[in-house]
Amino acid sequence: MTHEHLVNRDKCKGCGVCVEACPKNVLALSEDVNAKGYFPAKQARPDDCVFCAICATMCPDVAITIREIADQAPTENKGGK
Amino acid sequence: MAKVLMKGNEAIGEAAIKAGCLNYFAYPITPQSEVAEYLAKRLPEVGGVFLQGESEVAVSYMLYGAAGCGERVFTTSSSPGVSLMSEGISYMAGAQCPVVLVNIMRGGPGLGGILPSQADYLQATKSIGHGDFRMLVFAPASVQEAVEMTMVAFPLAEKYRNPVMILGDGLIGQMMEPVEFPDDLRSEPTNKNDWATTGMDKRGSDRPNLVKSLFLDPEKLNEHNLMLKAKYERMQQDEVRFEPYNLDSEYKVLIVSYGTMSRVCRTAIDNLKADGLEVGMVRPQTVFPFPENAVYEATAKSGCNAVISIEMSMGQMLEDVQRSVKGRKEVHWYGKCGGEVPTPEEVMDVVRSLAD
Amino acid sequence: MGKIFQKPEALADVDTHYCPGCTHGIIHRLVAEVIDELDVRGRTVGIAPVGCAVLAYNYFTFDFQEAAHGRAPAMATGIKRVRPDLMVFTYQGDGDLASIGMSEIVHAANRGEKFTTIFVNNAVYGMTGGQMAPTTMPDQITTTSPAGRDTDEVGMPIKVSELLAALQTPAYIARQTVIRAKYIRKAKQAIKKAFTYQLEGKCFSLVEIVSTCPTNWGMTPIDSIKWAEDTLLPYYQLGEYKTPNGAG
Repeated sequence: MTHEHLVNRDKCKGCGVCVEACPKNVLALSEDVNAKGYFPAKQARPDDCVFCAICATMCPDVAITIREIADQAPTENKGGK
Repeated sequence: MAKVLMKGNEAIGEAAIKAGCLNYFAYPITPQSEVAEYLAKRLPEVGGVFLQGESEVAVSYMLYGAAGCGERVFTTSSSPGVSLMSEGISYMAGAQCPVVLVNIMRGGPGLGGILPSQADYLQATKSIGHGDFRMLVFAPASVQEAVEMTMVAFPLAEKYRNPVMILGDGLIGQMMEPVEFPDDLRSEPTNKNDWATTGMDKRGSDRPNLVKSLFLDPEKLNEHNLMLKAKYERMQQDEVRFEPYNLDSEYKVLIVSYGTMSRVCRTAIDNLKADGLEVGMVRPQTVFPFPENAVYEATAKSGCNAVISIEMSMGQMLEDVQRSVKGRKEVHWYGKCGGEVPTPEEVMDVVRSLAD
Repeated sequence: MGKIFQKPEALADVDTHYCPGCTHGIIHRLVAEVIDELDVRGRTVGIAPVGCAVLAYNYFTFDFQEAAHGRAPAMATGIKRVRPDLMVFTYQGDGDLASIGMSEIVHAANRGEKFTTIFVNNAVYGMTGGQMAPTTMPDQITTTSPAGRDTDEVGMPIKVSELLAALQTPAYIARQTVIRAKYIRKAKQAIKKAFTYQLEGKCFSLVEIVSTCPTNWGMTPIDSIKWAEDTLLPYYQLGEYKTPNGAG
């Protein structure tokens, strides 16, 4: 089993709290806006993600999900392995 | 069931229990504190809930919360206390919570006095709180009537999902009369699972119920207000109650009077009849909805020269009487306040002066 | 921290109206997680306050009532007295609970009403636009204290947890915060304890949660966290102020 780290672009309000909280400096704010007009968080350095879930814990909008997946090729929006 | 001699306030408390309401929240205030004192002993005997709140403001929200989860609940208070509850009553009306409120009126404004009065007529019938709402308001003229109105108030509150008020005065609360509690007026709440926060498990549903009065979308609030308006119109259509008195006679004067005051008027009418002067009376038993058609029709009698609103307030019901008479006859007012109750002789003098 | 992170069932799958970085969203999620873990969603009634959380009823998937400003504890009293089998909580801000609703919260706590209060303290009125609250810090600038809170004029900020813990009756009073991940686990533990005590029929429980308000503080979410940590936490000290077995 591996995990995937998903940021729901359109739920995110771009507050940046997750970016600040991430101990591995994985996250950054996008440079393009989402449907709400915010600059959402994205996995800038997905390979560094250790799935500690600190970002998700701090996210006020439940915009970050971490779930178990079967071993497979990385998909879009997926961070780490 | 045999009649028992009871004080009005205690009889109202017992009537609620007999109607099937075992939940009571209140704050002490003269002249209705006997209800709380009676129920503090009585409700624990029948497994009910008695709680003395920290203020009438808090009590009104205890009622809102309890009614909002679908349980029968009521309170009793008196004028200044009812003013404090008016905020919560507005929320109950907005969130459509069925609650029974008893106002044993005393004199005002402000602290006023502790003696009987009918000074809260406009507050009860027009606008007891902010927003745009009405309540069904019963006006008992005897302890027996207070009992029966209290008992029917619960199913009506639930039928309309709206607060219902029993508007009594200090005399109704304080006097002792023989009463009985009709078994057929006992009832059960019926529709609570449709709307109340009864708990999803309890009602076997996965859809949350929401009890609220907030509608930020102007269109939705307008719709909500229109729905409430339609409800109040149904009350006006179906719930008007009044008692005609001596309307079969060729009366010269028509009295409109309610509650304790109407009892004095009845004595005056009987005395005047013995003296050869016929006087009729429409006694509203509901003051919202007001029996406007009954008053209007009663003014059609050709010999009727004048209409008079007699009340223990400075001309509050007068406005409803004027509205109902529609200019067909002259409308007068007589009344006293502060705990002074006009005597039959005073009423007779006023009526005689209008008869010619 | 687990490796799996998903929206709890008790939290609705909708976007909230809260400003970016507002901690209400975190607190909502913690409450929902606790309700899921205790498996009481089907018998829970929440009470929304007046304030930013007035629309909380849209964000949970169980029964809700909406209160007038400050009156949620009286409503919870009414519900819990007539339906003791329901799990009841109020969710209140500092203007709601510590100003207009101080009477209701003190008396409900003192009667030992068997419900739980989640008290969100961010030292300012949010919904009405950043006015001074009873919890506003000395010299803190708000729209109604433009020169900063003058404690000679309006006194010192009220420490609600300490005040309520002075009452003998309440079962559990704690203050936690959610401004950093390291505090969130404790905040959730406190919320879970409060709900568990209610489930066990113990009397009144309250968890105060020190929070941020980036919009009305006029700061970025990150700066708000720093300000809360440097300014609020030394005054509003975290910990358990009262437990069923005695002082915390």
